Amino acid sequence: MTFDMLFFVAPAAIGGISAGLAALISITDKIVNNYGDITIDINNGKKELVVKGGQPMLFGLAGEGIFVPSACGGRGSCGACKVKVKSDVGPVMPTEVPYLTKEELADDIRLSCQIKLKQDVDIEIPEELFNVQEFQATIERIRDVTHDIKEVYCKLPEGMEITFTSGQYGQFEVPPYDKVKEKTMRAYSMSSPPSDKNHLEFLIRLVPGGIVTSYVHQYLQEGQKVRLVGPFGDFFVRDTDAQMICVAGGSGMAPFKSIFQDMLDRGTFDDRDIWYFFGARTKKDVYYLDWLYKLDEEHERFHFVPALSEPQPEDNWDGPTGLITEVLDSYLKNTISQETPKEGYLCGSPGMLDACIKVMGDNDMETEKIYFDKFA
Amino acid sequence: MNAAPVLNPFALFFASIFTSNILLANFLGMCSFISISKDMKSSNGLGMAVTVVLTVTTALNWVILNYVLIPLNVQYLRYIVFIISIAAVVQMLEMIIDRVSQALYMSLGIFLPLITVNCAILGVSLFMEIRNYTFLQSVIYGLGSGLGWWLAIMLLSAIRKKTEKAPVPAGLKGPGITVITIGFMAMAFIGFSGMLAVQ
Repeated sequence: MTFDMLFFVAPAAIGGISAGLAALISITDKIVNNYGDITIDINNGKKELVVKGGQPMLFGLAGEGIFVPSACGGRGSCGACKVKVKSDVGPVMPTEVPYLTKEELADDIRLSCQIKLKQDVDIEIPEELFNVQEFQATIERIRDVTHDIKEVYCKLPEGMEITFTSGQYGQFEVPPYDKVKEKTMRAYSMSSPPSDKNHLEFLIRLVPGGIVTSYVHQYLQEGQKVRLVGPFGDFFVRDTDAQMICVAGGSGMAPFKSIFQDMLDRGTFDDRDIWYFFGARTKKDVYYLDWLYKLDEEHERFHFVPALSEPQPEDNWDGPTGLITEVLDSYLKNTISQETPKEGYLCGSPGMLDACIKVMGDNDMETEKIYFDKFA
Repeated sequence: MNAAPVLNPFALFFASIFTSNILLANFLGMCSFISISKDMKSSNGLGMAVTVVLTVTTALNWVILNYVLIPLNVQYLRYIVFIISIAAVVQMLEMIIDRVSQALYMSLGIFLPLITVNCAILGVSLFMEIRNYTFLQSVIYGLGSGLGWWLAIMLLSAIRKKTEKAPVPAGLKGPGITVITIGFMAMAFIGFSGMLAVQ
């Protein structure tokens, strides 16, 4: 064999063998992974979907407009896409186990992104997921409310409306950028009131290293289109006469902005006592002060208590200082009426929330009446 | 030495399990051997997967070697070609097992991708070539080596269960004592090596 031929034969041999094996894989895939059409029965026949088999259940449902919450986009790393599976879909996968509690395992709860649709299945999901929609929204306005929090106001497509309860959250998707090779979704509470049916507003705080927050702070432009999915969540105001003890920090302001505006819209803002504690480090971390002080002034039963943990000399701060937990504790002991029952509403970082829940418990508030939205 | 003494398939089969154990005589496939042997159940799954993949890839690589590489006189491509075919076989096996048996997929599935880069798999294909095995011998050698690997990892994980509770010096805990254990096991296995020679 001459040198020239050798030059040609080797690549041809590798190419040929690779092509042959690739063809074999494709054929196997076509034969083995063809499960035909699969019927998904949701909530005992409430809804029946016919989807293509072989794909993960999460995608099968999303293709038919049922959006089970998912923060990681089906990679099995967020554990949010839980559904109750009533028919047999095989044993729990090792990839699901870390995200399921003992009770959930006993109750047939599974991660829908890890279940491959191979045969007809019966599942149960919360009814409100039927209300979840997908929007190709346009960014109408981006505003800096503090040095690290942006208020992002999105317009829903023409002719589309959203119905939600204040306190609920939506999923915000950003496209691949820099080293991030996949679309990424994260959950943010709506800060706009439900009465604004054509818009959704989010408060997005820059988290160092956060994929979505970094994108929003560095690249997101007004006029850009983003995919939103929602509403989700069970954080909302309970319809009682109890005093509302609300505690927030950072972008945890979002659901309360929506809740207060919604109560104002519906004329129920003056029907009960509302205490709103907002914790921040310095004055540059607090925002919406004008609006909240004005509410405090005009509404006798609304009390706004911002507290700074590290006020700077130039802040000229004459309000409460210290950790929000200390301020909350002192108000619960000395200022807030002991007679009327209380409900807790919390939104913020897990550390702050856990500390506040403890303070509330220590001050004899019932744990089951403390509702919260924890940043994940 | 030449390949002549071992023509008897049964002798070759037992030799590849005991006297020339791929792990304990050739020390191939050590990384997963040491890391997975912590857990007996996983060891069993991985051992099973290695056995299946070894048998199938050795056979396939024999066909590719004798009907493609040798006729074209490009044996020097064997390394890359063998690896490609191993990867392809693992991929296909994963799909087929997923379809055929959920239970088997659960026990094997997560180990299959790990096996693509297991050097024992490539090693067996290369030995098969060096020793000029026939097709039947290759299949038997592949199956035997797989069973040998499976046996060795089960033995090691059983011993590790004991050493976990044993008063091992702090600095040797974990991988340290495991490597020493493997050394003892290898010595025991090499004791058989005079009985049959595959090399």
